[in-house]
Amino acid sequence: MATVTPLRPKPLAQRAEAPVVLEVEGLVTAFPTRHGLFKAVDDVSFALEAGRTLCVVGESGSGKSVTARSILQIVDTPGRIVEGRILLHRHRTSRGKGSDDTVDLASLEPRSNAIRAIRGRDIAMIFQEPMSSLSPVHTIGNQIGEVIRLHEHVSKKAARARSIELLRQVEIPTPETAVDRYTFEFSGGMRQRAMIAMSLACNPSVLIADEPTTALDVTTQAEILGLIKRLQDDHGMAVMFITHDMGVVAEIADAIVVMRHGKLVERGSVEKIFFEPQHDYTKMLLQAVLDLDRPSERRLERRAVQPLGPPVVEIRNLTKHFDLRHGLFKRKGHVLKALDDVDLALRMGENLGIVGESGSGKTTLGRCLLRVHDPSGGAMLYHGANGVTADVATAKGAELAAVRRDIRMIFQDPFASLNPRMNVAQIVGEPLLVSGIASGADLRKRVGELLDLVGLPANAMERYPHAFSGGQRQRIGIARAIALEPRVIVADEATSALDVSLRTQVLDLLLDLQERLGLSFIFISHDISVIRYFCDRVAVMYRGQVVEVGETEDVCNDPQHGYTKALLSAVPHPDPRHRGMLGRHRYQAGA
Amino acid sequence: MLLTYIVKRIIWTIPFLFAVSLVSFALIQAPPGDYLTTFAATLAQSGDMVDEQRLEALRTRYGLDQPFIVQYWKWISGVLQGDFGISFEWQQPVSHLIWERMALSVCLALSTLLFTWAIAFPIGIYSAVRKYSIGDYIVTTIGFLGLALPNFLLALVLMYVGVVYFGANVGGLFSQEYQMAPWSWAKVVDLLEHIWIPVVILGTSSSAALIRIMRANLLDELNKPYVTTARAKGLSEFKLLIKYPVRLALNPFVSTIGWAFPQLISGAVITAFVLSLPTAGPLLLQALLAQDMYLAGAFILLLCTLTVVGMLVSDILLALLDPRIRYQ
Repeated sequence: MATVTPLRPKPLAQRAEAPVVLEVEGLVTAFPTRHGLFKAVDDVSFALEAGRTLCVVGESGSGKSVTARSILQIVDTPGRIVEGRILLHRHRTSRGKGSDDTVDLASLEPRSNAIRAIRGRDIAMIFQEPMSSLSPVHTIGNQIGEVIRLHEHVSKKAARARSIELLRQVEIPTPETAVDRYTFEFSGGMRQRAMIAMSLACNPSVLIADEPTTALDVTTQAEILGLIKRLQDDHGMAVMFITHDMGVVAEIADAIVVMRHGKLVERGSVEKIFFEPQHDYTKMLLQAVLDLDRPSERRLERRAVQPLGPPVVEIRNLTKHFDLRHGLFKRKGHVLKALDDVDLALRMGENLGIVGESGSGKTTLGRCLLRVHDPSGGAMLYHGANGVTADVATAKGAELAAVRRDIRMIFQDPFASLNPRMNVAQIVGEPLLVSGIASGADLRKRVGELLDLVGLPANAMERYPHAFSGGQRQRIGIARAIALEPRVIVADEATSALDVSLRTQVLDLLLDLQERLGLSFIFISHDISVIRYFCDRVAVMYRGQVVEVGETEDVCNDPQHGYTKALLSAVPHPDPRHRGMLGRHRYQAGA
Repeated sequence: MLLTYIVKRIIWTIPFLFAVSLVSFALIQAPPGDYLTTFAATLAQSGDMVDEQRLEALRTRYGLDQPFIVQYWKWISGVLQGDFGISFEWQQPVSHLIWERMALSVCLALSTLLFTWAIAFPIGIYSAVRKYSIGDYIVTTIGFLGLALPNFLLALVLMYVGVVYFGANVGGLFSQEYQMAPWSWAKVVDLLEHIWIPVVILGTSSSAALIRIMRANLLDELNKPYVTTARAKGLSEFKLLIKYPVRLALNPFVSTIGWAFPQLISGAVITAFVLSLPTAGPLLLQALLAQDMYLAGAFILLLCTLTVVGMLVSDILLALLDPRIRYQ
């Protein structure tokens, strides 16, 4: 295990005693199933203190979201709280009246007026996906004003004025007009700000944030985290912050609760968890993060033995414009330059990373290379195994089919990219069947070999995708991608949907396959640490352009372009002693 | 934004209506022969000899020997001035024949649509919110029965029940004394007394379909994250249901205007025959059989126009209801 420096950390901040606002004791939340009660949360206890942030960490399925929802009694049916107490000490909040006023939320009926009066007023919650968590057909002002009018007897006009004020607090530009706009008119970050404004509407004493930044770009994430911190300081809220990202935890946490399979594994202060983890699972989580934050040793060893070959793909002046004009009278000038004069080369046996925010054109680049999109201009030269060079940008018919056999794709979402009605043998065998390479017993044998290559048992063949976990499904996707013995694989956010501990495993699998099959990868990701682990070189994209290309370590340690600096400084480091994000670089195009 | 959308949408209907008129005229012309051949055949059947020369003269007089495009032009330019031509069979201007029947058809269709919504909306919501409850199963069963039963069968059964057990006058839309009478309040009241039977009959199957649509839509919406958000705000379950998921599940509901309208008018033909309703359907069928081209043409054109207008109305309602459509 690569240990963290054994230096005793200095206290992050001088912590005075803070009043406990919310206590969870022995919480058990269960879902009845055919096989009896399934305990999604099993005997979990923790406390939230005013003005402090408690981070709840765990991988998918650990029960962290259900815990949060249990506090507000909004667990999805048929789940319900079976045991335990959730004590809200109202007398210790600004709303308290001095005398002892403690409510046990667990004892309240989910539909009762008592719990509804607490939701949104004493305890507010923000959710992960800011697009789907807000109604698309109501204005922002309507949705914020609703909370205010629900809990306080104020006029519509007053509620509207408060909504505008709240939008100003969360730094939404021109709040007077923003209040009448709809969520789909905002970017992801703006939506999350609106969501935060909504949760603050009634000055809650507890804020529960369920993965509020997971769906956002790192730069936006840094801004949202900063915003939450500032608002917490202003209002003295207790914050319960649910996340799976140890970097974020290190950045904001005062105390940490680690959960696994519904059980509380370990809890303690941020220093204790990061520097003296007791439980193996906590150690494993930290290790997985640390492993990713440096180049894979295996890759470096391999490159020393076998240097990179000649270029296999050369992208020259590639442009892709999306025509945004529509309607009866087409107006000119509405063109989105998704790719703007991109030059890149991929060498034999190389892993080329492409990093950038959403909307930077990185996915479009991958799709152009597979000719899902037809490029608007430029060339993509592919040097085939037989010495023939094809221009992918203009190839047609048999030539294009040949190129597509050699360049394959691995997709981001291991759930959505596998047809749920096909079993694994059919999914993995489909490319072989379609291109007429194998059928019948021969096909089964080949599929068996492929599954073996990606580390799945041969009996997986008869089963359907839903029977597999996320990591296993991604392996199925990889088996499908290598079925035709391709030479180049485009992996679009191939590890983004996976838990941290699985990411290294999948990346190691890809490196292993690279060694055995002589593959070259174009690896598209927004996650710097994954790129650092896996890629030899990295290209940074911003608004359709490649702003910087270089050896991964050079770019990471000594970024040249302003945007790269901003991007790197926004990445939270999994070390609570380096809370650097708030003093990060900002980059504006043209600035 | 909304206004430009509506104006755009209206402008689009113009070329569409033109295309529709062309196709409907072509459809009427499609069967071999014309009104005169049918006329001659009818005469021949009854033993009369037809003078070929007289037929030719008539053909020239009616312009039936001219090429398609000329005939179309003559017809459509007349239509634009409000002149739908003369019905061969009835020897009357088409406009005299159709307006009342079209008006009654539209009236029947609208009432049926309102009836359908009034039934399907609350039941659909109920059966989504109480999924797999006894009530849901009962409603679902009735719904499938309504879907499976042909309208005319239901009409026959209802008529039988009406006549035998209630002694009601179930045929047509008016009582005897009002059938030929000019419009008056009393006649309207009489219409209301009669219209419910065809409304129930025509509305059953579309209600059943809409209940299923509403249920499925709402089930999709009920588990969306924004519902959880609203719940976390402290909204009561009922308010929350009506304001958020139901509002979003309404879209397909509104879209039904577009297709329910023509379906109600054309699909009502058999029921209209069984119940001897004085609506457009039976007359249209007769006109088509007799190759009475101007009469049939007028009907088809009006039905198509109604469809287009129905689509327009539903699109505008959708835009009012859903800002995402407005801003596209």
